[in-house]
Amino acid sequence: MDIEPHQLYAVTAGMVFCMSLAGVFLCRHFFQKIIAINMLGASIFLLLVSIGARDEDGFPDPVPHAMVITGLVVAVSASAFALGLARRIHRTTGRTGFSDTE
Amino acid sequence: MISNSSKLLSMLPIVLPLIGALLCFVIPPRWRSFIGLLFSWSTLAACFGLVWLLATRGLTEHHLGGWEAPLGIRLRIDGLAGVFLVLTGMVGVPVGHFAMSFFKQKQPASRGVPFFWPLWLFLWASLNGIFLSADLFNLYVLLEIMGLAAVSLAILSGKAAALLAGLRYFFAALVGSMLYLMGVVLAYGSAGTLDLGLLGASLPAESITVRIAFALMMAGLLIKTALFPLHFWLPEAHSSAEAPVSAILSALVVKASFYLILRLWVEVFDGSVTFAAAQALGALGGVAAVWGSYQALRQTQLKRMVAHSTVGQIGYLFLIFPLITLSPGWEGEAPWLTSAWTAGIYQALAHGFAKSAMFLAVGIFVLAVGSDDKSSVLNMVGRLPMTTFAFALAGTSLIGLPPSGGFVAKWMLLKATFSSGQWWWAPLIVWGSFLTAGYVFMILRLSFAPSEAAPVKALNPVPKTLEVTALALGIGAILIGFRAEEVMSLLEIASPFAESVQPVTEEGGHD
Repeated sequence: MDIEPHQLYAVTAGMVFCMSLAGVFLCRHFFQKIIAINMLGASIFLLLVSIGARDEDGFPDPVPHAMVITGLVVAVSASAFALGLARRIHRTTGRTGFSDTE
Repeated sequence: MISNSSKLLSMLPIVLPLIGALLCFVIPPRWRSFIGLLFSWSTLAACFGLVWLLATRGLTEHHLGGWEAPLGIRLRIDGLAGVFLVLTGMVGVPVGHFAMSFFKQKQPASRGVPFFWPLWLFLWASLNGIFLSADLFNLYVLLEIMGLAAVSLAILSGKAAALLAGLRYFFAALVGSMLYLMGVVLAYGSAGTLDLGLLGASLPAESITVRIAFALMMAGLLIKTALFPLHFWLPEAHSSAEAPVSAILSALVVKASFYLILRLWVEVFDGSVTFAAAQALGALGGVAAVWGSYQALRQTQLKRMVAHSTVGQIGYLFLIFPLITLSPGWEGEAPWLTSAWTAGIYQALAHGFAKSAMFLAVGIFVLAVGSDDKSSVLNMVGRLPMTTFAFALAGTSLIGLPPSGGFVAKWMLLKATFSSGQWWWAPLIVWGSFLTAGYVFMILRLSFAPSEAAPVKALNPVPKTLEVTALALGIGAILIGFRAEEVMSLLEIASPFAESVQPVTEEGGHD
């Protein structure tokens, strides 16, 4: 069976997306959740780039690349904010997760 | 015919709050309220100007930077966008006045208070952008801005409860955005364009990719709109925020994602809509209406009660989806369609005014007595009559008693339910109203208690501005019920709903 590269990337992106989505809800520590959200973003970007490279003979489609760059900036800002907020929560309450009982 | 002035006007609702936010960041804190209110009023004027333009000249479109479709980002003002723009402005201005007075009054002031105005104006810019933009990825960016600004506002007080609730809200918002973005990517992969209008025309309706894209985008937006059972983040986030922020979050922010759901359902994915999906959404909405109102009845703290009430009222919004999707094999006219979608828009409008009035009134009670417990309301009808009246007016609209805006919404919803033969939604609507009446009248009964029962004798001073703005919003919730015809004729301008009536096929979509 002849699998083209962009199909392989698409399947990988789908699997990582599902695993990260489970991770956001099932992981306990704030940092684990933040990493899971970043992995969600990474899977979406992988899918975008593979969509851009579907036409093997021609030039890649630049619109998905623009979307990836914008998405990266948004993901970085959101991660920075989430990390800052998690640190503030730890400093104020000593908790590292929502269901902390310590 | 798009003139230069109308192009400028179509950008003002987004650009004015942005400039105001940037200015408010750099000027000293004691000027921020004044500049913020200046920009609030001018944004409201721009929104009214845009709606006037819409009423006189019809649908207006503006391609940003001169880039045409399919590459460019399009701003589009039709009736639906105009109505939501005006709602945001008319709620935002009184809440702004309330905030100016409230933060001066509330001592000790928390560290985050100087950031209220920049954050609120950024949030307002993103809301207006969501209403106006017609490009899927642009909408994603605006949704993220909205999420960041909203969460930052929610944690303004810096208290531990607010921080935890804010982080939970942020995670929910981010997961929602990621689901939405995955849907956008799949839609782009299928159609090659991001423009809403072009997608609606060219999406291959039968493909499984498009259905998955639709499902993902809906899931993401449903988390943001807090439909049962995805509402887990809302009660704590909205109740632990400061009073004006709670009003903004409940009245406006959840409406933006609902607006997008409407757009997607009717404009973009109307080829993939199935009857079963519509009934499922309606069922979740009905359960939310009952569950949220029941939880509100059980609360002992005022702000939590109002936050659970939001969960309930949002349920009503989703009851319109089974009513605007015709069952397979339907033949002939469907005269209830206009009632159904007007009911949905009216519920959004009336809830915007009523919930903001209720949160502001409750904020005044908490400020006056110093406690969030239900007993703070005892004997309030004698000591803060204007605020109690504002609460009562808001409650009237939430229950759906005439002559309020909420009554128009629920009446039309019931009419559409019976005309379309889907009678099974009616018990849920009525039951939700009964439970809402339960907690509204419970608070009002407490407020009529004699002065001997009051927990504290001396109230903290409450500036008149706070009471007047809460009352203004409460009166707005009632007045909306009187001018239904104007709102409906505005909605019909280039409305995405005013299309041919077509039933959904067995596999989904229209013929």
